[in-house]
Amino acid sequence: MIQFPVVNLGGILPALILCIAGLVVMLACLFVKRGTVTVAAIMSAIGILAAGAANSPLRVLNETAFSGLVSLDPYSWFFNFLILIATGLTVLASVRYLSDDEPGAYEYFVLLLFSGAGMMFMVSGNHLLTIFVGLETLSISIYVLAGIIPKNPKSSEAALKYLILGGFSSGIFLYGAALLYGSAGSTGLPALTEYFKAGTFGPMALAGMGLLAIGFAFKVSAVPFHMWTPDVYEGAPTPITGFMSVGVKAAAFAAFVRVFFDALGELQVNWTEILWVLAALTMILGNLAAIVQDNIKRMLAYSSIAHAGYILIGMVAGTELGTAGVLYYLLAYTFTNIGAFGVVALVGSKREANVHIDDYRGLAKSNPLLALVMSIFLFSLAGIPPTAGFVGKFAIFSAAIAQGYIWLVVIGALTSAASVYYYFRVVMKMYMEVPETTPARLEFSPSMILALGIAVIGVVYIGIFPTTYLNLALESVKPLF
Amino acid sequence: MINSYLPILVILLVSAFIGLAIIVLSTLLSRKNPTPIKLMPYECGMDPIGGARRRFSVRFFIIGMLFIVFDIELMFLFPWAVVYDQLMIFGFIEMLVFVLVLLAGLIYVWKKGALEWQ
Repeated sequence: MIQFPVVNLGGILPALILCIAGLVVMLACLFVKRGTVTVAAIMSAIGILAAGAANSPLRVLNETAFSGLVSLDPYSWFFNFLILIATGLTVLASVRYLSDDEPGAYEYFVLLLFSGAGMMFMVSGNHLLTIFVGLETLSISIYVLAGIIPKNPKSSEAALKYLILGGFSSGIFLYGAALLYGSAGSTGLPALTEYFKAGTFGPMALAGMGLLAIGFAFKVSAVPFHMWTPDVYEGAPTPITGFMSVGVKAAAFAAFVRVFFDALGELQVNWTEILWVLAALTMILGNLAAIVQDNIKRMLAYSSIAHAGYILIGMVAGTELGTAGVLYYLLAYTFTNIGAFGVVALVGSKREANVHIDDYRGLAKSNPLLALVMSIFLFSLAGIPPTAGFVGKFAIFSAAIAQGYIWLVVIGALTSAASVYYYFRVVMKMYMEVPETTPARLEFSPSMILALGIAVIGVVYIGIFPTTYLNLALESVKPLF
Repeated sequence: MINSYLPILVILLVSAFIGLAIIVLSTLLSRKNPTPIKLMPYECGMDPIGGARRRFSVRFFIIGMLFIVFDIELMFLFPWAVVYDQLMIFGFIEMLVFVLVLLAGLIYVWKKGALEWQ
């Protein structure tokens, strides 16, 4: 007789709902004649809200499902919510960007939902293979999304570059998983924990750890595995760039932290040094390269590299406070960066126009509110109180200082001081300079206003009242320690 | 553990030896009388028309991808059908979900016109 596995669909319900919503949008919009984009966006938003409702029960669980492939705990709960926020805001910010008569108009939403589901599997994966399948689901959707602008060479270039380099990084990740399987005889995270606790591991297991670290470092775009980031972020449709910079990064960091603290926790001495160097290089190169960028999407791409460096400091610190800082930082970064890219999409009006920093001259005159909102996002990216970005940096830096990584924090503080220059350059252009030509009127859509409103309220609110969210992050990382 | 791979090594060596022996012996012992027709590449009995490295219509790739999807569906259905009497209703529902997801994809490509050769 065949033993049937216990099917606990309730545990993966949020991801399941996103998958079903994706299928429904895909089929239903075939038969919608007019206003396809709006219909698809509304259906996706409903799916995301339903997934959010289905996600709440995870908060109190602490168990695994599907024979230990998926773990249902507050950690998954936190990241599921973060991913749903990112996906939802991206859906809202994308409506005006797409037009009904273009190919791929509603497939855009389908792919967005599927990649959201992949991210959820990745963050709740309790097995290297679940993490890998989630990673591939999200990556393949994003490869297509990066190249979805029709007849745009830059967009196609971005998709191709991301596909090829993403394929390489997936291969490296798998190779690391294979080496760990070769040493431990399993790729389940609990089995790996036990194997390393026994303390009889050889160089093969260490090589596996290194390869996994490279695979993750690629996805979070840490230096020296960041080469793809500026080109892909520049070529991809602007709302998707925002989604990539927060969603993919959050999912990759979630799996990174879970694998390295849970399964490879015994090797902390070995990987802390590697991450120290990665963090330092990432912060230095990301911030210095961002200074010389004139294209705002490239500038934000390098800034997102730099932020990966700050987040890595939280991992180097290695305590509960440090990892909670990582979670809080990612939450703050989600609101901030999706908001910033939303403004870029709005100012870009028709597709990829107006992405030069000079295009922001005099924005404060023509659209004072929009300039204010953009300034708040840039303040948060630079880490200036009372925004969420400040609290995130503070949490991570203080956790690192408590563990004695003074020099890393010095590098972090110096480079983030340098970052103020390029963020404020945009603010200066908006408030102090006059445009050479009359700027085109911007098209505000209700959904974009909603997205920017949520983002700006999020940035300010969790910046002014951070305690609740820091405690939430602290509670969410408990299962890892 | 490494010893258990020894038979595979032996098979590799033996098969390499047999393959090489056939090629070398037929080169050494055969009588050579080449004509242009004999030297032509074999192409299903027809006279070759042009080189093999031609550009193909991109539609072939769509058909190829769709073929692989349904090919794999079939591959899953075979073992499922063999043990169906033990899987009962559980296996039926699982396979139903799988086939329905593929069906959704088929409806999508059909309606999008990917199956038309225009």
